[in-house]
Amino acid sequence: MSSEAQIRNYILENYLFTDDQSALDSADSFLDKGILDSTGILEVIYFLEDEFKIKVEDTEMIPENLDSVNNIVSFIEKKRQ
Amino acid sequence: MCGVAGIINLREGVPPSRNELEGMIHAVHHRGPDGYGFFCHDKLGLAHARLSIIDLVGGDQPIHNEDQSVQVVFNGEIFNYLELRAQLERQGHRFYTHSDTEVIVHLYEQYGLEFVAHLNGQFAIALWDNHKQKLVLARDRAGIRPLFYVETGGRLYFASEVKSLFSHPAIPRKIDLNALQEVFTFWTTLPPHSLFESVRILPPGHLMVVEQGQTTISRYWDWRFPSDQIDNDKSVADWTEELKALMIDSVRLQLRSDVPVGAYLSGGLDSSVLTSLIKNFTDTPLRTFSIGFEDEEFDESGFQKDLVDYLGTKHTHVLCKRADIGAAFPQVIRHTESAIVRTAPTPLMLLSGAVREAGYKVVLTGEGADEVFGGYDIFKEAKVRRFWSRAPQSQWRPMILQRLYPYLKHSPTASGAFTQRFFQQGMEHLDKAYFAHIPRWATTQRILQFFSEEARAAIEKPVDFAAIERILPAEIDQWKPLNRDQYIEAHTLLSGYLLSSQGDRVAMANSIEGRFPFLDHRVIEFAARLPSRYKIMGMNEKYMLKQTMQGLIPESIRNRSKQPYRAPDSQSFFIDGKPLEYVGYLFSEERINKAGYYNPKTVALLMKKCARGKALGFADNMAFVGILSSMLVDEMFIEKTRVEPYNQREPGAQDVSAGIR
Repeated sequence: MSSEAQIRNYILENYLFTDDQSALDSADSFLDKGILDSTGILEVIYFLEDEFKIKVEDTEMIPENLDSVNNIVSFIEKKRQ
Repeated sequence: MCGVAGIINLREGVPPSRNELEGMIHAVHHRGPDGYGFFCHDKLGLAHARLSIIDLVGGDQPIHNEDQSVQVVFNGEIFNYLELRAQLERQGHRFYTHSDTEVIVHLYEQYGLEFVAHLNGQFAIALWDNHKQKLVLARDRAGIRPLFYVETGGRLYFASEVKSLFSHPAIPRKIDLNALQEVFTFWTTLPPHSLFESVRILPPGHLMVVEQGQTTISRYWDWRFPSDQIDNDKSVADWTEELKALMIDSVRLQLRSDVPVGAYLSGGLDSSVLTSLIKNFTDTPLRTFSIGFEDEEFDESGFQKDLVDYLGTKHTHVLCKRADIGAAFPQVIRHTESAIVRTAPTPLMLLSGAVREAGYKVVLTGEGADEVFGGYDIFKEAKVRRFWSRAPQSQWRPMILQRLYPYLKHSPTASGAFTQRFFQQGMEHLDKAYFAHIPRWATTQRILQFFSEEARAAIEKPVDFAAIERILPAEIDQWKPLNRDQYIEAHTLLSGYLLSSQGDRVAMANSIEGRFPFLDHRVIEFAARLPSRYKIMGMNEKYMLKQTMQGLIPESIRNRSKQPYRAPDSQSFFIDGKPLEYVGYLFSEERINKAGYYNPKTVALLMKKCARGKALGFADNMAFVGILSSMLVDEMFIEKTRVEPYNQREPGAQDVSAGIR
């Protein structure tokens, strides 16, 4: 499974509580669409750290890195470089 | 403390029978295990279940006036009954008991409907005036004692609890999805709505008069704040002196009882205030009770122990484990008679069980101090958000938010730039009275995504935050921002949840009466005059209360920052990732479909997330507890023809003794 699919499925299952792929666009802002609340983002960070073996620094907890599936995918790629 | 029930015919019909009244009052036996009383007269019937606290021998109800033309049953206490009695005797009234109840009938004779303005107390009253053929129902100012009613088939039925009403076959039983939406937004239904379609709540501070088949509801008291801050020239010393005298008097009045009185001790400021006032200014021997948790995040045992040592009290500590919460939760919902979004009432039911076992019937408790004196984080959060909104581009103004919620393991302020985005929610509603509450309500409303298509179709219109405006006074916009926040908190969280689901219900489950000295209306009215800066000084909450208690409570307690009372939520319902049996049943696809409120697929995914221990935030936990509690309401109040204890055994009663150390 690609990183994108893995992240998408995680968000769909754990925050939208559905397997309907049409419920989420990879460009959707988690905050603007009300998909995540502020503690939800902490859960996402735990998930990324566990699944992708990365460490998210405090200064990296910004919407540009984490606020959509696309943003997370680019962020992970950047971290892995 | 007691339970009341009654029926009045609004048009010609079969007179209410003793049999009907017995059925209703037996359903609230737990509220008054010491005896029953009945009054039947033509079109009216009253019933009473008694928990004897004042005038143990002579206080049986109904109580009447000299010529028996005024009859009353009531649940609660009139704390200033000695002063009222002396005054009424001077006015020529003759008393035949020593109970607080009897002042009600004579006050009514003397002042008519104005009688209620003279009462300092917590009460739900049903009074029959035979001359005028008039029934009067009254509820205390803050909403401490409950009163529900149903109008159907040419009759008005009323009672202390919904289960009394539902014991009568004439009353339809159905959950109101519009009301459930309110719970999943505001944490409570907005009165007069209850969770059930047919059942209404008489709101706090209101009277209902039934005369010639017509019912009229009117408000006799409310929280009111000045539009201009007055008394600005008073010094802190003037204010503290006045407050200290008032609090001592409130505690002194609320200790009136013919049975011993205990006190809850949380380890926080409010219960410390009450216990130290009892210790220093009254002759009442201090007996205290506290609850502790295995989870460090929730436990305050250390502070409780400091205070017990400081006060030298005889003390009982109940250790509440996750499994205790899971086991007792169905019993809690049998008493709350509503969906709730937190498990926190559960440990308090176990605690009231320990109070009962210790031989006590009455406890003083600190609820109300946060609403009255400005203690909640939501007030401070709103203060920062308002400050920030004046300079939205500021980088450092929102940084103050990070000082909030230090006690949370998974704090909403821990995620850096995301925090700011979260608290920016609703910034455009700065001018709305409910500005402070938008982040909380938005988080709570995430539960609505679990509703089924069928439920969505049945809902008249999705609830929006502006729905709160129905219960707000017209002049609220003239008040200071903190006062608006206080008003909304007092009329939602306090009366609709803390005093009911987490207050009266879980105490009365074990026949325990809670008393609330911070909710003496004189204290509320005093604090309404306090300038906002004396409530929250900078970011120091309940500043004036802390100033007043200098030298009377340990400095470690006076200076600690507030830790809200919470309990483990979704974790309480799983053992090794497996749901408790009843939880598995209520969340099964078949049972969810049968009830029809929720989408079984989304509920199953939530269950899976909670089972894995991955539900860390408030939103998922509130959704889990909200859905589970509403399914329990469906199981016990809608499916069953009688509201019996959910389990054969009574988990509350047994687990308490196991938990005491």
